[in-house]
Amino acid sequence: MRLAVEGLTCIRGGRKLFRGLSFGLGQGEAIVVTGPNGAGKTSLLRLVAGLLTPAEGRVVVEDSVQMANELSHFVGHLDAVKGALTVGENLDFGRTLLGGGGIETDAALKKLGIGSLADVPAQILSAGQRRRLALARLLVATRPLWLLDEPSTALDSEGQRTLIQLIVEHRASGGSVIAATHMALDISGAREIVLTGEGVD
Amino acid sequence: MITTFRAVTARDLKLALRVGGGAGVGVIFFLAIVTIIPFAVGPDLPLLARIGTAVLWIGALLASLLGLDRIFASDQDDGSLDLLLLSHAPLELIAVAKAVAHWIATGLPLVIIAPVLGLMLGVEPRALAAVSLTLLVGTPAVTFIGLIASALSVALPRGGLLSAVLILPLAIPLLIFGVAATNAAVVGEIPFGTPFRLLCAITLFFLVLGPVAAAAALRHVRE
Repeated sequence: MRLAVEGLTCIRGGRKLFRGLSFGLGQGEAIVVTGPNGAGKTSLLRLVAGLLTPAEGRVVVEDSVQMANELSHFVGHLDAVKGALTVGENLDFGRTLLGGGGIETDAALKKLGIGSLADVPAQILSAGQRRRLALARLLVATRPLWLLDEPSTALDSEGQRTLIQLIVEHRASGGSVIAATHMALDISGAREIVLTGEGVD
Repeated sequence: MITTFRAVTARDLKLALRVGGGAGVGVIFFLAIVTIIPFAVGPDLPLLARIGTAVLWIGALLASLLGLDRIFASDQDDGSLDLLLLSHAPLELIAVAKAVAHWIATGLPLVIIAPVLGLMLGVEPRALAAVSLTLLVGTPAVTFIGLIASALSVALPRGGLLSAVLILPLAIPLLIFGVAATNAAVVGEIPFGTPFRLLCAITLFFLVLGPVAAAAALRHVRE
């Protein structure tokens, strides 16, 4: 999959966050988006995912008939976890909804270090465990583009290492990653896009 | 696509049944309405039997409004709406799946309990059957109208108030023809089929309009 972002302008609540942003993203590549709070990192990811419509510009998937929203995983600051369902049920639902094709539920939970919690109601999970569950969704449904919005929030150091490992494996298998963060997220060979919050030219 | 439909319906049903507040609240509310009517109009059984079908319809209509505006709002609150928007399946299909789950969890119990509550009002058996049949046809339409309102309340700030104002006026034709069909079955001045078919037509109209309008409103969230 090759993604091309052309002349993207984002206006939220009457404020122009960035203007004329263009970049490309090929197989195995990664981009880290940095910038202060309110600079438009989340908005940029949502624009790429098709969860927002750009004021100007466009997001094109060059070698696929599918739209970006069908090729993307989006892990946002809300974990999309239903407390009344068990951890396993949450993950199975994510798999079906996002098209599946990934590894088994138990294997994914184990990989994220919450393998023993499959039958537990998700409402008792801690913030870090919820985030792990949200990240497990990346593994059960195969999608080439991962859009990660502050993915390391609430994760302990071991969880952050797991996350880095997942990103490495995903890129090795030809996937691409755009991660937004205001902390240093150590992704090797990633390009950086800095949003200043004052309109990028 | 069918698996997505099934998954969304199954998930929403599970949520409705586990969280409580699904079937139970509507049924209790329905029961409360039907119970307090005799206190208001007095223990006049012939009168209650005469207005009973209308009371049942009003009670079921009001009870089925409960929780309608939460169909999409709960998914927005915890981020699940993003997941739904990223699905391969068309948004319209997901909207239908959610409405079907909501109706099974909240509308169907009202249809089932309605004849029992009708007995409390002394409604005659023929009318009870007619009420059940008309509610079976009419309550899905209320859910699908609510689907639009719910999607709008997610898309617009302060949409909650809007949904309350929006649903009831659109549901009034259902009430008119639902009660008319029920009365026709008992009094028999006009054949039962005439208002009943109009009720069916209105329901079919909202079964089509609801998902399309709801999906359009949800897409507007992205603006």
